[in-house]
Amino acid sequence: MSDKRTGAQVMCEALIRNGVDVMFGIPGGAIMPFYYAMWEYRDRLRHILCRHEQGAGHAAEGYARASGRLGVCIGTSGPGTTNLVTPIADAMMDSTPLLAITGQVGSHVLGKDAFQETDITGITMPITKHNYLVKKAAELPYVFEEAIFIATTGRPGPVLIDITKDAQQATIVPDWNIKLDLPGYKPNYQPNRKQVREAIKLLLSARKPLIMAGNGVIMAGAVEELRAFAEQTRIPVITTLHGIGAFPEDHPLSIGMPGMHGWVHVNRAIQECDVLFNIGGRFDDRVTGKASTFAPHAKVIHVDIDPSEIGKNVKVTVPIVADARLALQAFLSEFPEREAFAELHGHASDWMEHIREMQSKHQHKQQYLNRSETEHMSLPPHDVYAALTRALNTRGNYRVVTDVGQHQMWAAQLIDWYRPRTHITSGGAGTMGFAVPAALGVAVAHPNDTVWAVCGDGGFQMTNQEMATIIQEGIKNVKVAVINNGYLGMVRQWQELFENKRYSGTPLSGPDFAKLAEAYYWKGITVEDSSQVEAAIEEAYATDGPVLIDFRVEREVNVFPMVPQNKSIGEMILETPHES
Amino acid sequence: MKKHTIVALVQDRPGVLSRVIGLIRRRGFNIESLAVGHSETPGVSRMTIVIEWEDVEQVVKQLYRLIEVLKVSDVTDDPVVEREMTLIKIHAPGPKRPEIVALSEVFDAKIIDVGANTMVIEMTGSPAKVQNFIDVIRPYGIKEMMRTGRIAMVRGVRGHNAEEFVENANGHAERVPVMN
Repeated sequence: MSDKRTGAQVMCEALIRNGVDVMFGIPGGAIMPFYYAMWEYRDRLRHILCRHEQGAGHAAEGYARASGRLGVCIGTSGPGTTNLVTPIADAMMDSTPLLAITGQVGSHVLGKDAFQETDITGITMPITKHNYLVKKAAELPYVFEEAIFIATTGRPGPVLIDITKDAQQATIVPDWNIKLDLPGYKPNYQPNRKQVREAIKLLLSARKPLIMAGNGVIMAGAVEELRAFAEQTRIPVITTLHGIGAFPEDHPLSIGMPGMHGWVHVNRAIQECDVLFNIGGRFDDRVTGKASTFAPHAKVIHVDIDPSEIGKNVKVTVPIVADARLALQAFLSEFPEREAFAELHGHASDWMEHIREMQSKHQHKQQYLNRSETEHMSLPPHDVYAALTRALNTRGNYRVVTDVGQHQMWAAQLIDWYRPRTHITSGGAGTMGFAVPAALGVAVAHPNDTVWAVCGDGGFQMTNQEMATIIQEGIKNVKVAVINNGYLGMVRQWQELFENKRYSGTPLSGPDFAKLAEAYYWKGITVEDSSQVEAAIEEAYATDGPVLIDFRVEREVNVFPMVPQNKSIGEMILETPHES
Repeated sequence: MKKHTIVALVQDRPGVLSRVIGLIRRRGFNIESLAVGHSETPGVSRMTIVIEWEDVEQVVKQLYRLIEVLKVSDVTDDPVVEREMTLIKIHAPGPKRPEIVALSEVFDAKIIDVGANTMVIEMTGSPAKVQNFIDVIRPYGIKEMMRTGRIAMVRGVRGHNAEEFVENANGHAERVPVMN
């Protein structure tokens, strides 16, 4: 090969240079030159053909979230790019490093309503960390390098590169001598030591301190540091929905998940605590409830890599802008001698005793599973989670991808979580249809793990076409559990509790999911009774290939505890009010 | 709600104006005025944005999230000089002209064009003074008017300059390390 390359070849080489080896996408007119070039690099750049660009985007997200690497998705111009909008928005909300590569019409017709032309840089401006419209092939080496740098550093996020067809086709001699020129982008990784000492002082004087761990801990790879921090201070640890896996749930200091469907003792502890140490979480409204009533007695220490998150939702006493790992390392190195912790340890031990006492009075995992209410049901959803949890714990090496809704909250509550990047869900955006395609991405990232996509019958019907992709790619380690209750269950729950049971638009039918799976050359299993659950899960494990289990669960079971929207997290509903 | 004047230094690239405006639009606030132009440093543009907003600190932080934004300040409570320029085409038949000329002199406004029945007046001053002049001249009949929007600069040494940014070999702005 001479030094000359087409723009499309430059794109492939730029991706390879930046460590990309797998991409999820769909070709079309404006991106065809890239696909033409991709063929030459196919031994180094694996392309996975999805069935819908939304599926490609979520697969790339799943890959990124499970591996910590950049996820790459591809679409053609027009509808190919607009179909990527949902995963891009999802990645923005959940700080997922995602690169979207889209083809654009030729630069000579740009802005003239050409066939399949959409202003995708305009559309995605508010939902990307940054985006680019490239009209000249010579710019491609620099733009790809900068885009990937931006997507994967600081607070990660989605970046979109829209490349006109003529820029992909043009021949150039690429200049790989790249020096990034980003005067306005300087993420701060190292914490301010003075603030760290200030925070330590606050922690040492606390009587009822709490640690809240979020997604930032997992993304920064700070799990070991968090454990050391917690063990040294003996402060109880809360893990948010995205913080699940940042701290093992069987650790004596772990108390569980807060928020709208968090545990009673966790939310009560937040409302009572005097110092709240939030690391890598953004005080989402699903965590805080009505923000003005959140943690009313607490002085808040907030560690976040994004300065704009600090003070956004909750008033902060000690702000620390830093990478979670470097921040925790700074804390560990600034900690005083062991004796200085004596008083804190005493208070923390009393405090933990108090929290455990609250926990014993209210339902937590085990009690919750044995509720008398579920006794008459042939298949309460909780029986599925109990059996699944047993299987996961016995077999290990699992990743669970959840969709959005009741099944998602049950998974977060009821499965035992121990390791980072094992729980992957759409949190901030709450994107139904996330689970099946994301599970595809997770399975590509971790071919030796069993990847369970747990979804509802609503979300499953949004993106289940990716079952074909999974078969075509020969991916065997995906198992789908549909928690099928014939409703858009979470909306139905709100209608039951707050809208006088007006089930407007929530009853939902579907095909026979097991037969649908068979049509996709998967194994399909239908489960209608609790007695069949364990055998079905065993069969899924025993099958050398993808399996779908349609769990036809009791239709109207609610997720509890629940904090009604815009209420204080102290105001929890614990069961369905009995009709008088 | 209080009116705020925000000054932002941004890289001079396509789309940067759209990004800044989009961020403000997202929360449904109206921009009262916006002026954009070159700063003292090549490759760096300067914006003055006037908005009514409660939580301006959050806006400033959000603006910093934009890759091409170099520096943002809310200068509302700083000692600043603010100027605005307006061009007014006024209905000016012969007999009314002396009055209009006299009024313009009072406000340091310049008559820059005289037509058969119209005059074009250029007026520069503080936003309040410009408004005052418009109110006074309006009864004569404004046929066309264009205001530039406010531009602002902090008085004295402490300011909002782009001098930590110099043009690099690529013609882009590059941050020069400053000692704190």
